[in-house]
Amino acid sequence: MSSAVSNQARPAEAGPARQPVPGPASTGTGTSGAGASGPGPGGRGPATDYSGYPLVGSKHPWRWVGTAAVALGVAAVAWSLATNPRWEWGVVAQWFTAQSVVNGLLETLKLTAISGILGFVLGFILALMRLSASPLLVSVSWTFSWIFRSTPLLVQMLLWYNLGYLYEKISLGIPFTDVRFFEVQTTTLISQFAAAVLGLTLNQAAYSAEIIRGGILSVDQGQLEAAAALGIPAWRRSTRIVLPQAMRAILPTAFNEIIGLVKGTSIVYVLAYSELFYTVQVIYNRTQQVLPLLLVATLWYVVITSVLSVFQYYIERHYSKGAVRTLPLTPLQKARKFFATHAVAPSRARSPR
Amino acid sequence: MSTAAAQTATGTGQTATVTGQTAAESAAAAGVRTEAAAPTRGLVEITKVRKSFGATEVLKGITLTVEPGGVAVIVGPSGSGKSTLLRTINHLEKVDGGHIAIDGTLVGYEVRGRRLHELREKDILKQRTEIGMVFQNFNLFPHLTALENVAEAPVVAQGRSKEEARKRGLELLDRVGLKDRAGAYPRQLSGGQQQRVAIARALALNPKILLFDEPTSALDPELVNEVLDVIRELAKSGTTLIIVTHEMGFARDVADTVVFMDEGQIVEQGSPEQIFANPQEPRTRSFFSKVLEPAFNI
Repeated sequence: MSSAVSNQARPAEAGPARQPVPGPASTGTGTSGAGASGPGPGGRGPATDYSGYPLVGSKHPWRWVGTAAVALGVAAVAWSLATNPRWEWGVVAQWFTAQSVVNGLLETLKLTAISGILGFVLGFILALMRLSASPLLVSVSWTFSWIFRSTPLLVQMLLWYNLGYLYEKISLGIPFTDVRFFEVQTTTLISQFAAAVLGLTLNQAAYSAEIIRGGILSVDQGQLEAAAALGIPAWRRSTRIVLPQAMRAILPTAFNEIIGLVKGTSIVYVLAYSELFYTVQVIYNRTQQVLPLLLVATLWYVVITSVLSVFQYYIERHYSKGAVRTLPLTPLQKARKFFATHAVAPSRARSPR
Repeated sequence: MSTAAAQTATGTGQTATVTGQTAAESAAAAGVRTEAAAPTRGLVEITKVRKSFGATEVLKGITLTVEPGGVAVIVGPSGSGKSTLLRTINHLEKVDGGHIAIDGTLVGYEVRGRRLHELREKDILKQRTEIGMVFQNFNLFPHLTALENVAEAPVVAQGRSKEEARKRGLELLDRVGLKDRAGAYPRQLSGGQQQRVAIARALALNPKILLFDEPTSALDPELVNEVLDVIRELAKSGTTLIIVTHEMGFARDVADTVVFMDEGQIVEQGSPEQIFANPQEPRTRSFFSKVLEPAFNI
């Protein structure tokens, strides 16, 4: 952008400005400024004053070549997407907001929200267990994470759905006695939805426990000591002092997990649960428009992820309070600042800063 | 700016010792507690305290008494157990033997039968509100502003109202010369300013005793004095101070009692004149011969 401006200045300045030192050879070629720069063969004498010379940034020709090549590639992809009739954009548009697809989308969001929240709550408890002083709590927490991280989610899902095969009835009572307060058929308790939530939640909890534990460990021990020395109770120490600081380390990975979970819910199709992906499958099995309908699902996943990314940006910004000396401007603030400084003098809008 | 604040406060402190009437008035005006005139609380009795980390015994039976309103400065080589001793006083470090009492009440334990039972967490926290602590690395909460740092504990640990804690917090920040930085986050402050906020935070609970664990060791030399000035002012306010430091000039200046520790034991203690000018033990003499020369610039 700035090259257009500086290029004009270049031919006149390049000679004398770049080679002021070599001495006698260059003295004759330059203008009055360059002549003063070569006082003698030794290069001694009063320092030359270049303060009147405009400054020219270095050139990056290969960066421009690279930019051009990538821009060409992007344009080619966009062109093919727009013009290849086999993408069937008309079909995509037709199904994108169809009632059944929107219902599937809502189911996906519901599954994500419920298993995300439950997963992180359970993960928080597991993380605290893992950090406790009791060896039993530590090993139970460790074993939980070990089991759920080492079995495929697909298998877990099918296992939960078929729990009725392993345990016909589920009952609440006093362990190791015959006292039962409550008893129910497993198959009625574990619906497709329950199996899906159970599978996603437990799996999510195993991963988020590790993420939260990592965040807590990243907070300096001195913070806890200072809080304890001030008589701040243990629960408050965790929630007010440690967690807000741990959040900085937790958030990026946690959002990774949630975004993973959004798409991870598509695995629930094995339970024939009508979330977004399963709904789309049902439709294309009927209409045979496989790729356009997969595109419909994909676009919705992209939309959800984009919205989450915006949330992530602002939540991370919130928790960086005090961690950075000055908070960076939000895109909105940047835009406002741009218009505030540039709108006044439109003619100067293009000048390099 | 901080020097100005410290000087006015010093003036107040001096008046306080002269006449009772004016003392109460001027003390109130400067935000100094009225007990300043005749300290009656803050007696620290450390009795035969022992502590080991693994096989290393870092405290080998320490006995030390600090009178109410007294200023005890603990000096000694690194690894002599100074900081550990300080941390046992507010039960951040559990002792392996012996006990510590403040105004006759045991810290962290109670007597039941012929045993000392460790108190519940809740009761220990309550005791800690009477003992302020200032750390070498400040340990300010980085995600809270200076004022929030100061006003947090009075609300949660003492049940004050938020408004009251805020008002008192501003007073305390004013006292350490940082009222205009109340809204700043710790990372926006210099080291000396952070440590002054940390002192205000410790004062917010109205402690009987203040513990300073090498409060200037993490500071640039030019920032040391602004912190020491604040501590000097506190020394005159009637709060009992126990200070671990390497600033020998400051120790001589501010201490009632200088305690020299080495290898987990108190080698020698006495008035600053006695310890610095005329140490009796050879170990004390050899330590001071190494540290006094460069440190006396202050």
